[in-house]
Amino acid sequence: MKKVVEGSHAVSEAVRLARVDVISAYPITPQTHIVELLSEYCSDGTLNARFLRVESEHSAMAALIGAASAGVRTFTATSSQGLALMHELLHWAAGARLPIVMAEVNRALAPGWNIWTEQTDSLAQRDTGWIQLYCEDAQEALDTTLQAFRLAETVHLPVMVVLDAFFLSHTYEPVDIPEPEEADRFLPPFQPAFCLDTENPAAFNQLAPPNAYMEMRRSMQDAMESALDVLDAIEDDYERLFGRRYGAVEAVHCDDADIILVTSGTITSTSRLVLRQLREKGEKVGLVKMKAFRPFPFEALRIHTAHAKKLAVIDRNFSFGAGGIFAQEIRSALCNLARRPLVFGYVAGLGGRDVTTDVIEDIYWRTKTSAHPEAESIWIGLHQPAPAA
Amino acid sequence: MIEVRFHGRGGQGTVVASILMAKAFFQAGYYVQSFPLFGVERRGAPVEAYLRLDKTKILMRTNVYTPDHVVVLDPTLLEGVDITRGLKPGGWILINAPEPPTDLRAFATYKLAHVDATRIAIAHRLGTRTHPIVNTAMMGAFARVLGEPPLETVTEAIREEVPTKPDANMAAAREAYESVVLLGPVAEAASA
Repeated sequence: MKKVVEGSHAVSEAVRLARVDVISAYPITPQTHIVELLSEYCSDGTLNARFLRVESEHSAMAALIGAASAGVRTFTATSSQGLALMHELLHWAAGARLPIVMAEVNRALAPGWNIWTEQTDSLAQRDTGWIQLYCEDAQEALDTTLQAFRLAETVHLPVMVVLDAFFLSHTYEPVDIPEPEEADRFLPPFQPAFCLDTENPAAFNQLAPPNAYMEMRRSMQDAMESALDVLDAIEDDYERLFGRRYGAVEAVHCDDADIILVTSGTITSTSRLVLRQLREKGEKVGLVKMKAFRPFPFEALRIHTAHAKKLAVIDRNFSFGAGGIFAQEIRSALCNLARRPLVFGYVAGLGGRDVTTDVIEDIYWRTKTSAHPEAESIWIGLHQPAPAA
Repeated sequence: MIEVRFHGRGGQGTVVASILMAKAFFQAGYYVQSFPLFGVERRGAPVEAYLRLDKTKILMRTNVYTPDHVVVLDPTLLEGVDITRGLKPGGWILINAPEPPTDLRAFATYKLAHVDATRIAIAHRLGTRTHPIVNTAMMGAFARVLGEPPLETVTEAIREEVPTKPDANMAAAREAYESVVLLGPVAEAASA
């Protein structure tokens, strides 16, 4: 049924439909509404799950590692400093091959204190072995969360469902919420391949010396590499049941495009509007939406951008001393191709600064009128310092 | 696409008003989007909330800069907040006030409506005499000003979503719908 709900609550509804067994969380803006509604569902019996209140995000992830090791379905949500505090255990959850699902509401890191959206928090966790899927609107956040459980439980890796603070998390919009029986047809109960079992004792996560560790890491990479095909098959099922699919990468008007905007998160939605306006003016512009960041969708990206002359990558994140993170990865994905587009890296919208249609159009025209990128990263919309007196 | 900005003070139900209007417009067949000013809310401080309406899926995911209409839940805001900021000429300004403002010069290019939502809220015992909750009355008045959504969709949204005194809140919305004064274009009203 279609209802007008908050983006955060679209995630909560998906977790309810997934019939999660254990939720553990520590509140942090702008994530709090997700677990707030889930705690209400746990207390009023709507969801038959244990809700563990803990003293930190580190403990929240530790609790889920324990619960998932015992073979049950688990969920948490966090943002920014909370995710940073979990960092050690993010590696543990992935290395232990636990199918934990986490909603990550992108928020800029302090100091200065900032509760607004920026992707640097989640992208700083790119090497932890978590799958990362970035969402554009509340419907996609719901659908992706539900799919994330099946993906995680199939490839034995944890999944981070990533959404923008406020522009998605605190925005109310119509969302089609599946009925529980429909969701059950899509997502069967979790059947762990291995778990702590007193009837069948085994040791987990023991010493892995040099002659074993490397194979364990290769097996994680194999799982990551399989995740895109697995996601595709999961989306086939989802589309059959619910009529919606997204793709790890979505290409809009890329076949004849000279310049392709590359976006993630809610900037994608606004870019669709800009794309429509520029197309009406006869501009040969396309759009690539990056949904999957881990695993990185090398092949799809190469196919969709093969004919373009230039890519304009919009990064709402930054790696100091290097550049926008999506732009870096896209450059490296294309660098060995004989024929490849020039990659223009734009940094915009840090700390929740608005990325308006004007900002996106400015990025397009700068890209069109420049023969080469003027810098590794081009910062858009910086306030000019006051002239010296 | 129609964009609406709500002005109020923390604790008056401004954000809830924009969400419930989104739900009412959705029932009336619109695509909707509603969100608060992204920040830290404090009781009594000026707050803003936004509503977008369209007949097709809304792709714009930015702040609202040039609203088509504004709704002012607290008339004391007129002294400190530029409520016409970015407002498109010809747009409606709906103010919670028993009388229109005496100085209309700042509103010359807009259309004005007012409703005594404070009196209505107190009469229906919504909030306290010093802190009446005026949001549901303003919703009813706003539905009349725009000519949509139908009043029943507004009262239905209130019935479904307002946890305390739903009947009194629905009655307040109905009374405000009936009693809102539509002055129309300020330039014409001033010259008449």
